[in-house]
Amino acid sequence: MFDFLIHGFDVALSPLNLGLAFLGALLGTLFGALPGIGPINGIAILMPLAYTLGLPAESALILLAAIYTGAEYGGRMSSILLNVPGDAGAVMTTLDGHPLAKKGLAGPALGLSAVSSFVGATIAIIGLTLFAPLLAEVAVMFGPAEFFALMVFAFASMSVMMGKDPVKTAIGAVLGVLIGTVGVDSSTGVLRYTFGLPELYDGIDFVVMIIGLFAISEILLMLEHANRKDGNEGLPPLGRVFVSLKEVMACKWTMGRSGLIGFIIGILPGTGASVAGAVSYTTEKRLSDKNNTFGTGDMRGLAAPEAANNASAAGSFVPMLTLGIPGSGTTAVLLGALMLYNITPGPMMFSERPEVAGGLIASLYIGNLVLLALNLPLAGVFARVLTIPRWVLVPGIAILAFVGVYQLHSNLAAIYLMLIIGVFGYLLRKLGFSLAPVILGYVLGGLMEQNLRRALSISGGDLGILWQSGISLGLWIAAVALLVLPWLLPKLWQARTSKA
Amino acid sequence: MKINKGLSTYAGMLALAGGLLAAGNVQAQSEATECIAPAKPGGGYDLTCRLAANGLEKTGMIDKPMAVSYMPGGIGAVAYNHVNGVRDSDPNLIVAASTGAAVNLALGKFGQYDADDVRWLGALGVDYGAIVVNADAPWQSLDELMEDLKANPGDIAFGAGGTVGSQDWMKAALTAKAADLSPRKLKYVSFEGGGEALAALLGDHIQVFTGDLSELKSQLESGKIRVLAALSEERMGGPYADIPTAAEQGYDVQWPIWRGYYMGPNVSDEAYQKWVERMSQLARSKEFAELREARGLFPMSRFGYEFNDYVLEQVDQFESLAKEVGLKQ
Repeated sequence: MFDFLIHGFDVALSPLNLGLAFLGALLGTLFGALPGIGPINGIAILMPLAYTLGLPAESALILLAAIYTGAEYGGRMSSILLNVPGDAGAVMTTLDGHPLAKKGLAGPALGLSAVSSFVGATIAIIGLTLFAPLLAEVAVMFGPAEFFALMVFAFASMSVMMGKDPVKTAIGAVLGVLIGTVGVDSSTGVLRYTFGLPELYDGIDFVVMIIGLFAISEILLMLEHANRKDGNEGLPPLGRVFVSLKEVMACKWTMGRSGLIGFIIGILPGTGASVAGAVSYTTEKRLSDKNNTFGTGDMRGLAAPEAANNASAAGSFVPMLTLGIPGSGTTAVLLGALMLYNITPGPMMFSERPEVAGGLIASLYIGNLVLLALNLPLAGVFARVLTIPRWVLVPGIAILAFVGVYQLHSNLAAIYLMLIIGVFGYLLRKLGFSLAPVILGYVLGGLMEQNLRRALSISGGDLGILWQSGISLGLWIAAVALLVLPWLLPKLWQARTSKA
Repeated sequence: MKINKGLSTYAGMLALAGGLLAAGNVQAQSEATECIAPAKPGGGYDLTCRLAANGLEKTGMIDKPMAVSYMPGGIGAVAYNHVNGVRDSDPNLIVAASTGAAVNLALGKFGQYDADDVRWLGALGVDYGAIVVNADAPWQSLDELMEDLKANPGDIAFGAGGTVGSQDWMKAALTAKAADLSPRKLKYVSFEGGGEALAALLGDHIQVFTGDLSELKSQLESGKIRVLAALSEERMGGPYADIPTAAEQGYDVQWPIWRGYYMGPNVSDEAYQKWVERMSQLARSKEFAELREARGLFPMSRFGYEFNDYVLEQVDQFESLAKEVGLKQ
């Protein structure tokens, strides 16, 4: 039954393919680390190169898959070091990752996130190897109504983040949803909030949003402090470099749970690393944040989204390999790469082209080992980035992002938009808003709206469809429980103790 | 600055590859050519540009690799405005386009410019629409589906990867029209890309998927879907040989999705003709046929003024359909 995998390891361990896995892992880490490139663009840029160099199909796929997994590793870097998410999956990583770096624990934070990424990805790849065909059946059971219920659940789980200022969290999330509505309406084609500017038709790009909201606003804050001459907080201390075994072991259940959550969410076509990160973080906060340390630099708050986003990247291969349906934007590009080689992914691939299917899965195992081996010792080196003064570092990242965005859009509108969003982000921060709910609202709101409208056009406007299936009903109950129980349980407890 | 190093290595390797290909090439021409893909990297327009770039390079018709640049925005409108307003006479610039662009032009989504504001160059390949149902669905032929659709339009949800008014929707709307059903009564669900719509079909969330033939190849083999009709003029070969056309079954619905190019409005006749020559020569070559097939495209050879007229006629057709269903006044 696992012949294809044995064959696959044979293929993946050839010197050329092993070398490509290394190269891909390295390039991917780089692409992920730099805000503005990300896995999709990295793969799209390198795909024609692989083709031009005449690499055989399995080698090209191994290279591209290594870039994809590498990018999920790299995305955490700027999240932890700079508080600027490197890609969509790393938004939640900023919440505890950056506070850790500020405490002087950048090295251990990077090390821990490498281990969590490895654990999450490994859980997902094992799941992919064992259950892929079965899981594909489950994935297609998720229709628009089920996705809508999942988004409701995701928003409900965010309630745990409301913390000290629930109103501001809610306003932030709604602002994010609002920004997400700009552009061509995805079901009717009507233009929304585009003010006649064709540059806005496609909506506001994720990179533009992230760089504006996080990096530009940071620069503005720095400028303000520079004038007042009192904001000289200096460089964070560069403490110990390596993560200890004890710290890793303290997070083992967090990693396991989050890896599983990430894998399951990754399998569903249309939801990605950002949803996986958000759900795993909030779940973990609910389960293990006994002393309210999440958000202040808790190792578990870092391990959760990191395990989940890597697991979801591997999970998104399930629908691609078994159904020929991309599970994420990046696998959609990979699918295009396969087409170039005249390979049509799907259930037949395992029997017709076992060297490709097996080679890919084997290379995922190997790629992850390579990434762990690469990232653990390098954590100390990357942590040294923090010895560069922030007033050099953050503008430097912003400039790189400017170049990247300009290169992708070939026009200045995206840059102007980035600056405008930057000012907006600056105002939000001055007013005491946290940025994570804004970005989550922006990412999840669109998915939620699209799926609600799809479900309603299927049912002809009947709301009943939203809780008709067992899956959606279960998600609704879970969502309501998340909102009500934290409030209800203490009261019940009180009532009981006062009676006694 | 690791990224710069990475990019320059990439550029270097690409230049090297291009140089190797060009060596020993007699009829090489020295201009630097460019193709704009009016979208982000990795999409259909990217593939369209690469089809021309790889083809021209492989056959030695250009000696420097063709640059592919991206100009996303406004589902192609940003690039259309750019070519009309800024690079309107660049003799070395082509822009990727498709049936989708013609639909958007018909709906007036490209702003102040109309379909006859650019010089339509030609198409190098074509895909065809298809009407797809789940393998477990009760309908064995297009006729059976159409009968049910006439009787209970509310029970059959169509879905595809584009919005109402997009080229994916047009396939569903034309199918409904062929069943004498107003497209306004049609239940249509829009997804983000054909993949998501296909997943919804496999999960029985929608009943009919109006997709493209080439994206169905792997599903055909797995036996999970049934293609009721190909929206092509005649039956296609290879894995699609068993799929009847809609016309064969008595419904006049055709939906070719061509992949082609346009040039700026003020490009000289001479430069335009040179490209027409180049493209039609490319389309005839054997190497190109392989490249085209690898992308799942069928042959289509319309170039120059013939193609120009074809596009303008298509845009007119879409416009009247859009008016008919109230998408445009």
